[in-house]
Amino acid sequence: MEPVANIDGMELVYKKPHTLTDTPMHYCPGCSHGVVHKILMEVIDELGIQEETIGVAPVGCSVFAYEYMNIDMQEAAHGRASAVATGIKRVLPNKYVFSYQGDGDLAAIGTGETVHTVNRGENILMLFINNGIYGMTGGQMAPTSLIGMKTTTTPFGREASTMGNPLKITELLAQLPGAYFVTRHSVHNTAAVRKLKKAIAASFKYQKLNKGTCFIEVVSNCPSNWKMTPVESNEWLEKNMFPFYPLGDIKVPKS
Amino acid sequence: MANEKGTSETRLMKGNEALAEAAFRAGMQAYFGYPITPQSEVLEYLAAQAPNHPDVVILQAESELAAINMVHGAAGAGARSMISSSSPGISLMQECLSYMTCAQLPALIVNVQRGGPGLGTIYPSQGDYFQAVKGGGHGDYHLIVLAPASVQEMVDFVFDAFRLSEKYRNPAMILADGAIGQMMEKVTLPPAGSLPKTEAPWATTGKSHTHERNVITSLYIQAERMEKHNLILQAKYIQMQKEVRWEEIRTEDAAIVLVAFGLMSRICEKTVDLAREKGLKVGLLRPITLYPFPTNAIAKLAKSAKAFLTVEMNAGQMVEDVRLAVDGKRPVDFYGRMGGMIPSPEEVLVHVESIAEKLQAVPV
Repeated sequence: MEPVANIDGMELVYKKPHTLTDTPMHYCPGCSHGVVHKILMEVIDELGIQEETIGVAPVGCSVFAYEYMNIDMQEAAHGRASAVATGIKRVLPNKYVFSYQGDGDLAAIGTGETVHTVNRGENILMLFINNGIYGMTGGQMAPTSLIGMKTTTTPFGREASTMGNPLKITELLAQLPGAYFVTRHSVHNTAAVRKLKKAIAASFKYQKLNKGTCFIEVVSNCPSNWKMTPVESNEWLEKNMFPFYPLGDIKVPKS
Repeated sequence: MANEKGTSETRLMKGNEALAEAAFRAGMQAYFGYPITPQSEVLEYLAAQAPNHPDVVILQAESELAAINMVHGAAGAGARSMISSSSPGISLMQECLSYMTCAQLPALIVNVQRGGPGLGTIYPSQGDYFQAVKGGGHGDYHLIVLAPASVQEMVDFVFDAFRLSEKYRNPAMILADGAIGQMMEKVTLPPAGSLPKTEAPWATTGKSHTHERNVITSLYIQAERMEKHNLILQAKYIQMQKEVRWEEIRTEDAAIVLVAFGLMSRICEKTVDLAREKGLKVGLLRPITLYPFPTNAIAKLAKSAKAFLTVEMNAGQMVEDVRLAVDGKRPVDFYGRMGGMIPSPEEVLVHVESIAEKLQAVPV
C-alpha cells in the first residue's frame, strides 16, 4: 500500500476501539494480553455496553488492565478476582461483570474461589489467560506449566512426580452445573482472534440471560519468559500447548 | 417478627442476633460470611429473615477469604456491606482488609473474638486487640475499632461503624467477644432506615459517559506515588482522632484507675463497687473506640491518679497503649486471663488491693 499523507476521502477500514484507552501498554512485544484486551474492548464497543460493564483485574501481568480498559474496574488481591466479581454482580445484577485472570491467579492461588464462583453459577464472564508461566514475577512454574517445561523454579523441567501435573482447570470447571458456557481459544493468528471475539460476544449475550458462568480460556504465549521471539513462541504454542490444551468448545448452551 | 419501618422496638435478644437485626435496620445492602463459632448466629439470623428483606444480598461464601473479597467487590460497587466472623476467620481476612483500607472502601467487619492463638477455643477472649487496632495486615493502616460491652452496644455500634466507615472511606470493626455475642439482654432497636446512605461517586457501578471511569485499586507501583497515597491515608487517621470515645466511672477522686474495654469493662465496674465498699478510691476508664484510642483522657488521669491497672482477657495487649498514654508518669500494672478464661470482679479486686497496699507503703 502506498503511504498516504492525507487520509481525507479514504475508506476507514480499522480503528482502535474507543473503550481502549490511549495509555501505552506495558506488555512485552508479541504478548497475547494486548490482543485479548483489544478484542474484549471491541466487543464492549460493538454491544454498546461500556457504561454497563465492570471489570476485575487480577494480580499478574494484567494487574494494570484498568489502565487500558476505559470502564469502571476493581483491582483484586491475588486469586480473588472471581470473589470480587461475585460481590459486584450480586449488588449490581443488571450490569455486565467480568474477571480477567492469569493461570497463577485463577488456577493456583485462586482455585477455591474459581471453583466455587462457577459452582454457584455466578452470572459473570471469567476470562482466563493461560500461558503456563508466571509472567509478572519473572517466569516461575505455573499450575498449567507443561511437563518438562523449564522455568526459573523448574530449571531442569517440570516433573510430575514431585511438582504435579499441569492442571486442566477448564475441563474441571465444565463439569460443574453452574458453568453455562465453557470454551478454549487462542490469539496466535487472525482466524483464532475472530473466533475468540465471537465467543466473548456470545458470553455477554448469555450473561444477560442469567444462566450461569461463562468461562473462556485463552491459551497464550509469553515470549519473554519462554525466552523466544514472538514468532517462535506462537510456533511453540501450537506444537506444545495445543495438544495438551486443545482449542474448541467444551460446554455449550443447549439450544 | 418483621420489623416495622419507622419505629424503634424493645426486645430480649442474643448479642449476635441483635447485631444482625441492627444490620438490616441500618440499611445493610450486602452481607457475606462463613460459619464459625461463636458468631454463626449472625448469618443464621440474616438467612432466616432474608424473605423480609428481598433487596439485601446475603451470601454464605466458601471461605472467609472469599467472603471478605466479596465485600471488597460489593463495597466497591457502592453497597453498604458487612461481614462477621471470629478470630481465626478474621486472621484469614487480613490481606483483603489491607487492600480495602488502601483502596479506601467502607465496610463493617465484626469480630466476635474467641480464645487463641491457633484454633484455640470457642470461649470468649480479647486476644485480637493488637490485630484489630494496629492494622492487622501488611502496610501502614488502621481500622476504626469499636468495642461493645453490652448487647445494646452490639446494636448501636452497627450504626456507628457504618456511619464512620462511610465518612472516612475506611473499614470499621466491631471488636466483640464470644460472651457478648452469646448472651441475651434487653435491647432497643432503632427504626429501620434511620441511617442515611453516604453518596459514593467513586463506586464502580458502570462508567457514566459524563465522567471518567472509576478504578478501585491499592496498587501504586512508583514509590513516589505510593508514599503520596500513604500520606493521604495518614492524614485521614489524624482526622479520625476526633471520633475517640470513652467512658469514665468514678475517676474524679480515684487513686487507682482500672482501664478495661468490652466485656472486661463491665466486670471491672463491679470491681470498682467492691473496692469502694472497702473504702478504696478506685475508678474505671473504658475505651469505647480502641482506634482511635483515648490517649489524652488517660494522660489527663495520670495527673490525678496514683496508679493504673489494665485488665484484659489476653496476655496484655491494650496495656501497651495505656503505658504509652501514661508515659512513665505513674505505674501501670496488668492483670489478665487467657484462652477463654474470664476474670471475676473479686479476682481483679485482689490485684487492686495489692496495688493499694504498695501505694500506702510508698507515699507518693
